[in-house]
Amino acid sequence: MFDALSERLRRTLGALTGRGRVSEADVEAAMREVRLALLEADVNFRVVKDFTARVRERAVGAEVLESLNAGQQVVKIVYEELTAILSAGDRTFHLAGSPAVVVLVGLQGSGKTTTAAKLARHVVRLGRRPMLAAADPYRPAAVDQLRVLGRSLDIPVYAAVAGTAVPEIGRGAIDAARHEVRDTLILDTAGRLSIDEVLMAEVADLCAAVRPVETLLVVDAMVGQEAVGVAQAFAAAVPLTGLVLTKIDGDARGGAALSISAVTGLPVKFLGTGEKTDALEPFHPDRLAGRILGMGDVLTLVERAQDAFDAKQVEKMGEKLRTASFTLEDMLEQLQQVKKMGSIGDIVSMIPGMGGLAKEAQDSVDRGELKRTEAIIRAMTPAERRDPAILNASRRRRIAAGSGTSLTDVNRLVRQFTEMQKMMRQLGGGRRLPGLLGRR
Amino acid sequence: MFWRRRPSGESAGPAPAEADGGAATVPDAEIEAQLEAELAAADAALAEAAAEGTTTMPEPIGGPAGAVEPEPVGPADLGAGVARSRGGFVARLRGLFGLGEPDAATWEEVEETLIAGDVGATLAIEVVARAMERHDPAGPESAVRAELAALLAPRDAGWDLSPADSGRPGVVLVVGVNGTGKTTSIGKLAARERAAGRRVLLAAADTFRAAAIDQLRLWGERAGVPVVAHAPGADPGAVVFDALDAAVARGLDLVIADTAGRLHTKVNLMDELAKVRRVIDRRLPGVRPEVLFVLDATTGQNGLAQARAFHEAIGLTGIVLAKLDSTAKGGIVFAIEHDLAVPVRFVGVGEKIGDLLPFDPDAFVAALFG
Repeated sequence: MFDALSERLRRTLGALTGRGRVSEADVEAAMREVRLALLEADVNFRVVKDFTARVRERAVGAEVLESLNAGQQVVKIVYEELTAILSAGDRTFHLAGSPAVVVLVGLQGSGKTTTAAKLARHVVRLGRRPMLAAADPYRPAAVDQLRVLGRSLDIPVYAAVAGTAVPEIGRGAIDAARHEVRDTLILDTAGRLSIDEVLMAEVADLCAAVRPVETLLVVDAMVGQEAVGVAQAFAAAVPLTGLVLTKIDGDARGGAALSISAVTGLPVKFLGTGEKTDALEPFHPDRLAGRILGMGDVLTLVERAQDAFDAKQVEKMGEKLRTASFTLEDMLEQLQQVKKMGSIGDIVSMIPGMGGLAKEAQDSVDRGELKRTEAIIRAMTPAERRDPAILNASRRRRIAAGSGTSLTDVNRLVRQFTEMQKMMRQLGGGRRLPGLLGRR
Repeated sequence: MFWRRRPSGESAGPAPAEADGGAATVPDAEIEAQLEAELAAADAALAEAAAEGTTTMPEPIGGPAGAVEPEPVGPADLGAGVARSRGGFVARLRGLFGLGEPDAATWEEVEETLIAGDVGATLAIEVVARAMERHDPAGPESAVRAELAALLAPRDAGWDLSPADSGRPGVVLVVGVNGTGKTTSIGKLAARERAAGRRVLLAAADTFRAAAIDQLRLWGERAGVPVVAHAPGADPGAVVFDALDAAVARGLDLVIADTAGRLHTKVNLMDELAKVRRVIDRRLPGVRPEVLFVLDATTGQNGLAQARAFHEAIGLTGIVLAKLDSTAKGGIVFAIEHDLAVPVRFVGVGEKIGDLLPFDPDAFVAALFG
């Protein structure tokens, strides 16, 4: 996710870091690239204008021109400004009230129903007893969809008889939740256009009736320039408390999040990262800003790993990542665990500097290369797995024959592994912005 | 095994064991019986319609009853359909163009206006640069309009979604990422085709999303067309194969297949789609399926990556631009048509069954400028 944007910024800002001093003209050129990159990432053009103006103002000032590390300064400013925008508002997911009422609103097809199920599962893990309610009397089979999801999670789903007014559905759902001793009520609403006055009034009535503690706008990460207008219209009608950015597992650059937060001040509270009901992640602005700048996201990686590994293993892996003592043996172990953790593309994209490899990695899984990699590593001796440097030509030929692969395959794996180790070593140095700040 | 025994009088071909290993989870007899009933109902409705001289539909299509003849929509129609979304955009462009001889700042504003319409920054810059080159005596609006129109794919004015000849059904495969409006578009398309006198069958090959099959069934009821479905989780290729079989056996005109929404970056899911395509090619060799890509008009620059990936995986023949009644402008269409030469065929302008209009490129560009 966000790969293309981070690539662009890396290229532009990389040119800046290559020199000791940065002129005003350099900053101008860089800002042109930043503008284009952000626009191609679907960041609203007005937000882009403000953003580049702010960065330019700070960058062309004395602090950069007098500094010997001009590139570092510009990177830092872009990073800080991105983080500042993405840090807008209060990102806590509030669950006060009995029941705590959460309302999901948004355009058609943004992913409200799927998100409702994901949130229900999320609060179950917080130790709560949720109930889902379908307040979508319009889309054919919308209620069925929620029912199916609820059944798969073993969470009750409230649905009113056909023809019930939407605010009534809300009140009925609250009664039902109290009756069944449910402490959290998640209300799924119909998709609606922000310019549909009747339906916007309806959802406003619903919110007035159920007094939600959280009213979340569900936004598709692929949405274009209209994101801001849509968010503003919803914010005017209902008491929005935050956003859920969905379908972020695609390659959409997700500029919508930046735009909406910049204009409305609303925080992103969750990311939807897949079609399954567990694909919901909390949002971390600093990590996301870091990812936009190509700094990777080791923290999220470790966090996700926690669900699949026990704590001791996580600690071991974190240590290995830091000290770059990661061996092919560990890689083999990893490959076994990866299946539990989600797609390898997700995992790889979180390793600093490897964002570009994510798609490649996913492709290789789909082509069955994971199996080949496994076979190659299994054909190595323990000594070879620990130190691939000892792999001379004859050892490689033996491994190729032993694993039923070709010498090219073995060479490719060794090369990839060496590169990976190099990346991790850079990361382990404890520098704040690896890969971006010059090449000492 | 999904293979079904045919009624006597028609020789069943050799079971293509290699065609698909998918296991149908619904007993064949059940599908057969259900299909018989749905077909009978649809036939009865058609016969009744013929007798009365009108077309009876569960819901009226596109306005007054009887006005169901699918005509190419004129600028006025499309303009009306998207009027709500165009107001601000058009007013701004108009304002810009009313200022007389355009200076650099004016062109920059034009560029910004195109960007705000999701045309894309790179393309907007190109379009404006070329429009400036034109030195169009009719003014910048005319120049930009001409440049935008030139980006659209060439298309045959007489195009229609026609069934294949020689007694074999035409096939329409509907694809796209999650939540763009595939199922809704299919419901509208089915009603449109049926109103044109074609006997349509829907294939519920979205076996993944919860209740997708139910949703398609409800649209089938509304449009008055039968639906072939297996149980949730079944192999989509098997569903399509079954639907094609049923359509051939009954001599139907058109099979429209729904598919699960999938992000274009998921290689295995894209492969699954390619497999569905192969199932069609094997069951009906020589029938060139219409592959319609449903694009949400609110989509930004990612729309191009989506279209490219789907085109690469299965070969798109057309686009349905859904949700054009929103505030979005659908400007990404220019980049897609320019890049892939795949034309937009229909636009979705609402949630009602008649809210699907044929795409008219002139009207689309004109609607952009009011």
